Amino acid sequence: MSVLEVKELTKSFDRTPVLKGISFTLEKGQVLSIIGSSGSGKTTLLRCINSLETADSGMITVDGSVIFDGSGHTALTKEQKRQNQLNVGLVFQQFNLFPQYTVLRNVTLAMEMQAKKRPDFKQNKKSILAEIDEKAKMYIEKVNLTDRINAYPCELSGGQQQRVAIARALALEPKILFFDEPTSALDPELTAEVLKVIRGLKKSDRTMVIVTHEMGFARNVSDKVIFMADGIIEEEGTPEAVFDNPTSEKTRAFLLKDMGCPIGKQK
Amino acid sequence: MFANFAAQFPIVFNALNVGFIQTLKLFFVTLVGAIPLGLIISFGSMSRFKPLSAIVKTFVWIVRGSPLMIQILIIYYFPGIILKNNVWGSGEGGRFIACAAAFVLNYACYFSEIYRSGIQGVPKGQQEAGQVLGLTKSEIFFKVTLLQMIKRIVPPMSNEIITLVKDTSLSRIIALQEIIWAGAAFMKTSHGISGEMWPLFFTAVYYLVFNGVLTVLFGRLEKKLDYFKV
Repeated sequence: MSVLEVKELTKSFDRTPVLKGISFTLEKGQVLSIIGSSGSGKTTLLRCINSLETADSGMITVDGSVIFDGSGHTALTKEQKRQNQLNVGLVFQQFNLFPQYTVLRNVTLAMEMQAKKRPDFKQNKKSILAEIDEKAKMYIEKVNLTDRINAYPCELSGGQQQRVAIARALALEPKILFFDEPTSALDPELTAEVLKVIRGLKKSDRTMVIVTHEMGFARNVSDKVIFMADGIIEEEGTPEAVFDNPTSEKTRAFLLKDMGCPIGKQK
Repeated sequence: MFANFAAQFPIVFNALNVGFIQTLKLFFVTLVGAIPLGLIISFGSMSRFKPLSAIVKTFVWIVRGSPLMIQILIIYYFPGIILKNNVWGSGEGGRFIACAAAFVLNYACYFSEIYRSGIQGVPKGQQEAGQVLGLTKSEIFFKVTLLQMIKRIVPPMSNEIITLVKDTSLSRIIALQEIIWAGAAFMKTSHGISGEMWPLFFTAVYYLVFNGVLTVLFGRLEKKLDYFKV
């Protein structure tokens, strides 16, 4: 069974359709890159799956549980919605770290809030908090920031901030981790360090969906690539198929013009 | 002349201190009332329920758009003259309650606008980050946005609070016996001293010193919140 299933998803802003019926599936452990020009609906798609926007119609299923049902057959309570939220994680283009907290606290905060709802929290407070701390440190280690654990976000470079944001999202152990143009706010050098972290995650078989403008990266990190244009999926397939043998004219034009990316098999 | 001054000073000093205590009382009562009331008003003006936000915004416009002095007069005299029922009670106690009511209302409206700018100034991404991390609405408010909002509003709030210190002198209009009243009394006769103007001028020193203390305190608070950027 697919870990992510999106069916006929539509979304309009003030009668301007942004998503015009998006359907795709993703298998566990796969990495999906979504490419396309600005305004093609990539970010809106991610925001709909992460419940930051409410789609107009269609259906989204994560790991078998419905997280959005436009037909209204599956009514979700607030608490269910919040639980569903924990199945997916999102890394933002602008990092959105909490500026008043240290690196460590940024990572532990959400885990602590979750733990406080456990019935045994008061009894085992110390051990639960120690566990959370340890887990946070492990994820901070994963993004190579152990030496900056007590720094505040304003003391970090953009690349470091984004790595903290990745650790923060990972710590909740989502079934799927989404990245919304994670390197668009970074210069090339900092981009490289963030991409390296994401590559590392692929090695540990994490299911990820990455909206990106880094074509080279999308090509060699993904199992599957989706090219979006004007609110529809124009083309999807393996990176080789999409990058080397695009069937759609729009994909070709995008790869050539917008990215200046050479298309392999073209003469 | 100086001998005269030296003899008068202790008497004037005592009288002004008594007045200044009334000034401080009004100042603190206003803060205690207006700081939370302002938060309620700001939530009202940001309400998505349009009739409520329209009513609240109109109220804020009236209060901010008219002189505090007139508001004190209306609040103090309206019940007695128009409704024939002086709800405030007689004497200094009644005047104080009426003044405090006027000040709390007036400052709550100013504070509400500062809060609103503080709340709306926190980037939307902060709330969204909290949301995707599974935090509840109240967790997002208390753990994520509140401190960022406080950091944003400290400078405008300190401005407003310093203005409040001086504005308390407006209560002189209904003869509340605060420091200006106490100083002005020496121009006629008070405590056996007649026709002296310097005590009134001297009241400015009290305001200056008190505002100096507030400025230092707010400076420290700002510094304390300096460890992060918003």
